[in-house]
Amino acid sequence: MLNTVVLAAEEPSPVLPHVSEIILGLVAFGLLLFVLWKFAVPRFEAAYKERSEKIEGGIKRAEQAQADAEKALQEYKAQLADARAESARIRDDARLEAEQIKEELRVQAQEEAARIVAQGQAQLEAQRSQIVAELRADLGRTAVELASRIVGESLEDEARRSGTVDRFLDELDSVSAPAKN
Amino acid sequence: MRALWLAQGEFNPPGAGDFNLPPIFAGVTKPMVLIVLSVIIIAVFFLAATSRMKVVPGKFQFFAESVYDFGRNNIAREQIGSKDFMPFVPLILSLFTFVLVNNIFGIIPIIQFPTMSHIGFPLALSVLIVYPLYHTVGFRRHGFVGYLKHALFPPGAPKLVYLLLVPIEIFQKFIMNPITLAVRVFAAMFAGHLILLLFTLAGEYLLIEAGGAFNIGVSFVSFAFAIAMTFLEALIQVIQAYIFALLAANYIGQALASDH
Repeated sequence: MLNTVVLAAEEPSPVLPHVSEIILGLVAFGLLLFVLWKFAVPRFEAAYKERSEKIEGGIKRAEQAQADAEKALQEYKAQLADARAESARIRDDARLEAEQIKEELRVQAQEEAARIVAQGQAQLEAQRSQIVAELRADLGRTAVELASRIVGESLEDEARRSGTVDRFLDELDSVSAPAKN
Repeated sequence: MRALWLAQGEFNPPGAGDFNLPPIFAGVTKPMVLIVLSVIIIAVFFLAATSRMKVVPGKFQFFAESVYDFGRNNIAREQIGSKDFMPFVPLILSLFTFVLVNNIFGIIPIIQFPTMSHIGFPLALSVLIVYPLYHTVGFRRHGFVGYLKHALFPPGAPKLVYLLLVPIEIFQKFIMNPITLAVRVFAAMFAGHLILLLFTLAGEYLLIEAGGAFNIGVSFVSFAFAIAMTFLEALIQVIQAYIFALLAANYIGQALASDH
């Protein structure tokens, strides 16, 4: 112990460096510098680069997504406008068509009605003529029969008889014609 | 050793001799072991922290990144400028962590010796690494004459003033800068360690050797001061490491500066 005290007292002033310590300090620091230079710093920088790239990539992706969404929205809006125009057009067309169909049907119905009326009239006319002809024959025969019974004499003369009947019917016609008209 | 002195009943205040610890084995002293230990600690710390870097850092990686960012952004980029600082980041980071760990050794229990209180270590860093480096990059950047002009003729002074200014600049930039850089951290560590020694040993002496109620009371004051000074030392040790790296970066930045 005393030796070390003596040794310490003999040591040079603390501001005078030991050569061994300078060399050791240099080597030790050089080693540390080498390790940090070759390994630590590049790893840190690589990690920072990766991180900033990830962040920038994320931002870029988000921007892309937003742009896509915007584009899709514009497309939908355009499609919606198209659809609206289309529907309006279709509605107008339908209205026009309906009008047309209604008009056609109306004309058709009128024509049909006119046709039915005309047919009925013709049929009535034919039936009336037939009935008139039948009645004329019946009336002649019945009138002759009645006349012969009332008068009690047989009208032998064919010519005279038919002349009388025709005259009577003509008279009848002339009487009934104003009534019919 | 200390106990022996105390047994003799006389208080020997600690002095410069207390920094010359006996060799542990074959001429290897405690500061030599510590300097190697510091290199191992820092290297293992950074290698472990960066072995599996994640984009989202864990606590350990985050801590390592904080240290790295401090050296990279707060010291190197601030002082050298964002254009040129990248090649110097490993150096500045090494200087900062190396000095920091060796300073902190001064208050770590059992280790309790700031390596930088042996002037050989800071001298090796400043005179043999920082000093040649900043002049080399300066000469490379500006050319031989250009760098001398850049370093010795600060712009904006009247011509006659240069008669005074140039010798001062030579003295400062080529002689004093590396020495003050080393002495600053050396002196702070030396003085700090001495103060801690003094308060601790005085407290021990007063408590055990001197005797008497008053002396025992004063011994507690001394211990309290030792503890308080330990906290102060912790602050100074970190600040000195920061200043060392900061000034090294500053010298490099000045040598590279092109704005005048």
